[in-house]
Amino acid sequence: MIPEVVQRIPLQYYIFFASALFVIGIVGVLTRRNAIIIFMSVELMLNAVNLLLIAFSTYRSDPNGQVFVFFIMAVAAAEVAVGLAIIVMIYRNVRSVDIGLLNKLKW
Amino acid sequence: MLSIISLSIFGIVNLFLGFLKSRRILLPATLLFLIVALILNSMDWNQQALYFGDMLRVNNVFVNFAGIVLITALLIVGISRHFGNDEEHTHPAEYYAILLFSVTGALMMIGFENLIMLFVGVEVLSVAMYVLTGTDKRNIRSNEAALKYFLMGSFATGLLLFGVAMVYGATGSFKLGGIASYVQMASMYGAVSPLLYVGLLFLFIGMLFKVSAAPFHFWTPDVYEGAPTIFTAFMSTVVKTAGFAAFYKIASTAFAGVYGFWAQSLAVMAVLTLLIGNITAAYQGSFKRMMAYSSISHAGYLLLAVVAKVPSSQSAILFYSLSYSLATVAAFGVLMAVSESRQFEGRGDDRYEAFNGLAKTNPLLAFVLTVSMLSLAGIPLTAGFWGKFFIFSAAVQANLTSLLVIAVLMSCVGIYYYFRVIIAMYLKPAEGEGISVSAGFTLTLVLTTVLTLLLGVFPDVVKNIF
Repeated sequence: MIPEVVQRIPLQYYIFFASALFVIGIVGVLTRRNAIIIFMSVELMLNAVNLLLIAFSTYRSDPNGQVFVFFIMAVAAAEVAVGLAIIVMIYRNVRSVDIGLLNKLKW
Repeated sequence: MLSIISLSIFGIVNLFLGFLKSRRILLPATLLFLIVALILNSMDWNQQALYFGDMLRVNNVFVNFAGIVLITALLIVGISRHFGNDEEHTHPAEYYAILLFSVTGALMMIGFENLIMLFVGVEVLSVAMYVLTGTDKRNIRSNEAALKYFLMGSFATGLLLFGVAMVYGATGSFKLGGIASYVQMASMYGAVSPLLYVGLLFLFIGMLFKVSAAPFHFWTPDVYEGAPTIFTAFMSTVVKTAGFAAFYKIASTAFAGVYGFWAQSLAVMAVLTLLIGNITAAYQGSFKRMMAYSSISHAGYLLLAVVAKVPSSQSAILFYSLSYSLATVAAFGVLMAVSESRQFEGRGDDRYEAFNGLAKTNPLLAFVLTVSMLSLAGIPLTAGFWGKFFIFSAAVQANLTSLLVIAVLMSCVGIYYYFRVIIAMYLKPAEGEGISVSAGFTLTLVLTTVLTLLLGVFPDVVKNIF
């Protein structure tokens, strides 16, 4: 049973919207220099995926997709904890979160 | 399956062991835990079963891959000697616990039957590795490696998840079986949803990031160079084995029906990986960085077996992972011993020059490193030769002739840079005095060498199991 409120918007719109969010996230990761903003872009990518999963899950009347979203949210929270710890560790050493300063290892 | 549960409990137990005053107990305790897990793992032999709501499949393939991962972890814990001794590394209990947790993640990746399990396994393994990469807190290089690994790793996870979501949109299932039956049916009627192709592409890119195949390899050298050597050894063996187990499983079961779609592009990536890995490795001045590129090139050989997708690919990947893991652990072990005792520019020396004359001061270490380099280069009478042999014969069965020619040529390039360190050890004059290493450390290294040579002389013993 697909709720009527959801049905009013076709599935394609959800896919386009989620893909747009995802692309914004990718562009953010590739162009920004600030570690925290890159990190936010990654979170945007994950949220685009969450949206996509929920849309598919609702249209298929299949709860599996929504369960997956819970897993993503829980794991993303763990990732945030580790990621912010790493960023704080770097800030203590170099007083900056600009990734341009991190060039001790040659690319 | 019991091995997964026991390892996660042992990890927590290990954290509590950290409260004890004596740190001596940690290393033997971790070794014991891993041995128990190995025994529990071997009890699953010939037991076909699904666990956790059909999310995890235990069969002989799982037992084999898990066995390789656990043995590698055992050897790496065996060479981790300086964890508790100096002030910089004040939390050995945490390191061992995180190591156990990441092995749990690797086992979940190997046995997954549902994409949820794959995702959770990848993340348990990766998040643990982000922490371990940055354990050298005061060292800016370690910090940088941790940040790069973290940003690239979570980016790859995002791509992987987008792929999973798209595949779910096309097939309506996260189960490997469900996806496989959809793909089979749809490709038979020629009505495969475009969402599936998009999803497959992103899923594969995410996995290729994790196993560091070109063109998604650019984070690998920096991370491997900056991380503490012991964790570099862990990253380049356990993570790669688990990554390829998961990758081969998803490619050969779920997406077997659209083989024609992904085989071509994956073949191109295998060639790219072989070329970039081997040729760049030849230009490196640092042994550690060379090992990073060499691990990229070995990902190329393993990709060859995935592209071939013949029944013998599975056992070829297993044998190759085992021989590669043994040789890599030995190489990084010797590098640890050498770079800790020889300083260059205020830090451990990891250039080729650090190995000058090692054969005169430490003949045993030099021999261990020689066997490991020969094995990585694929010289007969070592395990690496048979690893390459099985991979190449799988490629022959699949008629991948042009790929095979490139792979053989590139393994000749490999001989050049692997032999540079052997030449440095045996033909250059010695600098500095001999390096003293503990008994347990030497024992582990000798064990890896003996196993490498045994597998080189009697490959059938292990090959029959796989």
